Amino acid sequence: MEEVVSVRSSSEFRKGIQAGVSIGIGYFPIALTFGLLAKTTGLTVTETVLMSIIVFAGASQYIALSLITLGTGIFEIVLTTFIVNIRHFLMSASLNENVEKESTGLKMLYSFGITDETFSVAALRDEKVTTGFLFGVITVSYSSWVINSGVGHIIGASLPQTLQESMSVALYAMFIGLVVPSMKRSVKVVFLAVIAACFNTIFTMTEILSTGWSIVSATLLSAIIVEVVQTLRGQEGEQENEK
Amino acid sequence: MKSEILWMIVGMGLVTYIPRMLPFVLFQGKELPSFLQGILKNVPYATLGALIFPGILYIQEDLWYGILGAAAAFIAAFLGANVIVVVIGSITVLTVYSYFF
Repeated sequence: MEEVVSVRSSSEFRKGIQAGVSIGIGYFPIALTFGLLAKTTGLTVTETVLMSIIVFAGASQYIALSLITLGTGIFEIVLTTFIVNIRHFLMSASLNENVEKESTGLKMLYSFGITDETFSVAALRDEKVTTGFLFGVITVSYSSWVINSGVGHIIGASLPQTLQESMSVALYAMFIGLVVPSMKRSVKVVFLAVIAACFNTIFTMTEILSTGWSIVSATLLSAIIVEVVQTLRGQEGEQENEK
Repeated sequence: MKSEILWMIVGMGLVTYIPRMLPFVLFQGKELPSFLQGILKNVPYATLGALIFPGILYIQEDLWYGILGAAAAFIAAFLGANVIVVVIGSITVLTVYSYFF
């Protein structure tokens, strides 16, 4: 019996690894550039890799580098990081509805690996999100992030410019590759994605909100509006059925 | 290693980890109201919309670069290509584009 369980979870882990490969590719140029920028900012290779190991959040690590260059204090850097990364609260809350039953300890462990990308891959999985699958996705992503940060610092160069530029599309292409199949299946998904994209574009263009808050607000607004409309229409449908 | 940098890294790590971890602990084994569950189930699709736009338009100064990349990815995904194929396909299209323009 135990053997059956461990075989199942190891194949789930392998599926997670496969699903995580796109993230691994997408993180490669970003992590490499992070390592390079960290070097020019004056961080040692140990500090650079340590930041990737402990923080594991691309955007905020980049922001930290530019704030260090500006001579900003630690407290402000940490506060900015918090604001940029608070969106993960929403993602974890959403993912928690979809994961298999698991001990709190293991959940606390894999929650460390929730990024925009690992969340997207896990949350759009058709099957139940198992612990093995999550660990698989996170292992590939985390390794790519940490190793390539170090490589970027050590070799002190990024990819050839043409490739560097074209690879910058990788994570966006992955997001599109994830959401389009669901859009084809459901109009609701089309509305959710398009409304959030519109709100985020408005918030960003008008510079009303910083990027972190903008994504959280756009996501929540879209998710709530669509849910309210669906609930209201559902009630209408029920009333019509009663007639 | 400068201790100042170390403290900064530890601080950044904590404020990043806590929002990621809290929901799994707070909502462990709890049944949320169904309306709230509905909203949370909508979150992944809405998040993806917000993660893609407008970010993809700004990957390079040339606006068409992002639009082309988005179009290539969208078409490949619409035709049913696997996510990896979508990623490699749009990287290839953009590499060819910047080679010629």
